Amino acid sequence: MSTTISADDTAPVDTQNLIDLTRTPASMTARDVSAWFGDHKVLERVSIDVKARSVTALIGPSGCGKSTFLRILNRMHELVPSASLAGTVMLDDVDIYRDARSVTQTRREIGMVFQKPNPFPAMSIADNVVAGLHLSGTKPRRGEVDAIVERNLERAGLWNEVKNRLGAAGGSLSGGQQQRLCIARALAVDPRVLLMDEPCSALDPTSTRRIEETIADISDDVTIVIVTHNMQQAQRVSHHCAFFLAAENQPGVIVEADTTETMFTNPQDQRTLDYVHGRFG
Amino acid sequence: MVVATDTPAPDAPAPDEVRSAKPGPAEPRLRIRRFEAADVGALAGSAISAFCLMWLVYVRLTPLSGGVGFAICWYATFIVTYWLVVREQRGALAAKDKVAGVVVATAGIGCLVPLTLVIGYTVWKGWQTFRLSFFTETQEFTGPLSDATDGGAIHAVVGTLEQVAIATVLSVPLGVATALFLNEIRGRFARPVRIVVDAMSATPSILAGLFIYAVIVLQLDWRRDGLAVGLALTVLMLPTVTRTAEVVLRLVPGGLREGALALGGTEWRVTRQVVLPTARTGLVTAILLGIARVVGETAPLIVLNAGAFVMNANPFAGNQEGLPLFIYRYINFPQPARKDAAWTAAFVLIMIVLVLFTAARLIGGRAPVARRAVVRRKQKEPA
Amino acid sequence: MASPTSTLSPDAAPVAEPRLQLRVTRSPGDRVYRAVAYAAGGTTFVILAAIGVFLLLEAWPALKEAGWGFFTETEWNPDGQQFGIASVMLLTVEIAVVALAFAVPVAIGAALFITDYAPRSWRRPLTSLIDLLAAVPSIIYGLWGLFFLQPRLIKVSDWLGEHLGFIPIFEVKSGNLAGSTFIAGVVVSLMVVPICASIIREVFSQAPPGEKEGALALGGTRWGMIRTVVIPFGKGGIIGGSMLGLGRALGETIAVALIISPIFDPTVRILDGGGNSISALIALRWGEATPFSASALMAAGLALFVVTLTVNAIASIVVVRSRSGAATEI
Repeated sequence: MSTTISADDTAPVDTQNLIDLTRTPASMTARDVSAWFGDHKVLERVSIDVKARSVTALIGPSGCGKSTFLRILNRMHELVPSASLAGTVMLDDVDIYRDARSVTQTRREIGMVFQKPNPFPAMSIADNVVAGLHLSGTKPRRGEVDAIVERNLERAGLWNEVKNRLGAAGGSLSGGQQQRLCIARALAVDPRVLLMDEPCSALDPTSTRRIEETIADISDDVTIVIVTHNMQQAQRVSHHCAFFLAAENQPGVIVEADTTETMFTNPQDQRTLDYVHGRFG
Repeated sequence: MVVATDTPAPDAPAPDEVRSAKPGPAEPRLRIRRFEAADVGALAGSAISAFCLMWLVYVRLTPLSGGVGFAICWYATFIVTYWLVVREQRGALAAKDKVAGVVVATAGIGCLVPLTLVIGYTVWKGWQTFRLSFFTETQEFTGPLSDATDGGAIHAVVGTLEQVAIATVLSVPLGVATALFLNEIRGRFARPVRIVVDAMSATPSILAGLFIYAVIVLQLDWRRDGLAVGLALTVLMLPTVTRTAEVVLRLVPGGLREGALALGGTEWRVTRQVVLPTARTGLVTAILLGIARVVGETAPLIVLNAGAFVMNANPFAGNQEGLPLFIYRYINFPQPARKDAAWTAAFVLIMIVLVLFTAARLIGGRAPVARRAVVRRKQKEPA
Repeated sequence: MASPTSTLSPDAAPVAEPRLQLRVTRSPGDRVYRAVAYAAGGTTFVILAAIGVFLLLEAWPALKEAGWGFFTETEWNPDGQQFGIASVMLLTVEIAVVALAFAVPVAIGAALFITDYAPRSWRRPLTSLIDLLAAVPSIIYGLWGLFFLQPRLIKVSDWLGEHLGFIPIFEVKSGNLAGSTFIAGVVVSLMVVPICASIIREVFSQAPPGEKEGALALGGTRWGMIRTVVIPFGKGGIIGGSMLGLGRALGETIAVALIISPIFDPTVRILDGGGNSISALIALRWGEATPFSASALMAAGLALFVVTLTVNAIASIVVVRSRSGAATEI
């Protein structure tokens, strides 16, 4: 038995292309989310509550399905041909898979920053920032473009470094700068949730620190879910944590989810304790 | 040591459940479809309404005419209608996306249409006058007023086979050696040679014919049709064989070569015993594709003044016929019966190309380039 | 005696480290192998150069006779001492332009269809289909174009000439629309589509998946993603593939020879019956050519050789310099 959903733009026209003035940070809820690649199950009934305006870290050893789960949250999982899923994912009170809502609209509201920075190299820095607006069909008014570019580069902590060379190619920046550009680009479409898939793993410590500062700065404007295999980073940036674990040849599950402080000082599960103390992982 | 817990949090599974492989209750998987009824409806509706509109305007109201013109106008109207419909339903962004999808699909499927038409038409026309005597008789006793079924083209088929054989014998060793030079030895001239090979592959076939004519006929004053054509075909086949062979050699994993060298092999032994056998099927594919490319070349035959009505199985002396030339000559005759003979020969030619191509695909598996892409894709499959 | 261990003291003089000079001694078998391979590589040079040299050699009598007028004279009458490739070259280019005008958009569309729109399982069969299209000999296309397509295209020419005749290239003056540049161009475009499509498809398939994901994650539709990532990435391949197709279109002989009714009028009226191309000229005139005429035809062939080589050289440079080209070979 399966439920059929459309993957295309199905929202009626009156919810399209209006810049939502009430783009407040949203909460997300996942219930009993399971995921497969073909017949290989990679997630087993994962449930989580992500509170609005908070930073939630998904931690755990590599290969436990954290990134897969993250990609389910913004409907990127289904892009892989053999992928399928079960369960419910809610953005505030909207079921992003079942309710009449287009995929592109969902991805506009739930943004993503990837592990490997992927700015569009053929575009200038300024064009990169507004690329999301063009892609999602919200055309900024003429005079607004500069303001949008400045505001979002400011939020991403990149403005001062590039304000004099906004016309330079997106690919000409260093790795850390590229990642901040990607953050600015993701913020420019005013998402309600921002998903970050190990955003600092390919970067040096200085860039990492800068990005962690950015996360702290923007967490009031947008809910953040960050996957990281760096426990110290999770401790530094997040308010809540969810610990993923996959036993050998088993799909991943959430062993424990709680406030960061509790998870790191007084977790309920022994495996969580072992992990945060570095005994495995 | 498992820490005692109270009732587990409602949204997290009890720790024990993780360990056991006990399957849970059936979980209905979400099936996410790309098309749905509304999409098909919009598409069909736009097509039909555009058709009706065009019929009205085109046929009734204006003095326009012509089937193809109608089809073009209908398509244009269909696109515009579809764009308007989707824009109404889902907004401008979705409209652009859907219309782009339709246009791209038209181009993609539109590539199939000429192919089916070309091959199908040739087969249809040629099959009607095809009979086995085609392969046993020559045109020795026929003339312009003969029937289509008089005589045959065995002399042309033999001629083409021999000419292609000469080309193969010359271009394969040379091509493979050049490919080895480019890929294995990578001498100092590798880059200029590659540029030259690319340039040669773009040489029009008539120029290859002119070149050989200049050398063989004018300078050396020989009258050896088969050999001359074979040489011209070599010039055309060589770059194809070289480039495909180079791609194939590149696919041989470097680890194999290193392993063989580490065992103490010389370069030649490594090449002969490890690299070439590994690349064998790919090289066969390269050869078959090269043959398929030159078997239908007409221009060199024209320029080298080849042509005969009788069988000449000796490519090194005298006039010899070739299959493409046979087609070209008889299609230019005014008599329909002679034209039919040309169609039969065209049918045979295209069958030969199809057989060669299919054999190349079956032997070589996927196209060498596609194989590389598949390997890369497999490596990217998420864990 | 100085201690052999390294020291961190900045005052210590740097110790000279004589590097080993490695010399390669090869076995006789290897030396022969390398010699043969080098010779093979050199042979390609020799062949290409020989083509140019021999063409020039044979063309010299005619070129000497015609002088610079070879490039400006429109008539082709070698035995009458009046011949030049001006109009033939122009008409050749016109056929190629018509061919590309159809072939390039279709090739881009087909390539996009295969890489980004069609279901995954269709990719291999469709790619094989395109390769098969490229393997069909041009004489088959010529026959089909002459007998099947031309009668139908004449109706299209008629329609275009009637309704768009105010545009100079669509103007129709003669009553006979058969054997026109337009019809020849359309048939040649069929031959060029597979070449362009397979290169462009190869290039599009290499578009960086990280950027494609990024575009989709920003809320882009499939077309938005293609426009933002795939096409800018593939620009080099598109240009390179088109130029390669151009080279092929310029040199196409048999299909053009079968279809056109040869004229020597440097016109741009593509719908009007009558056209020409250098290779068709050679093919059609060769049989009855006197030695001097043959020399003139050789000269025309030399001109074609130079043009196709140039077009191909530019194509190579453009593709290699571009982002997409670095990942492919034409």
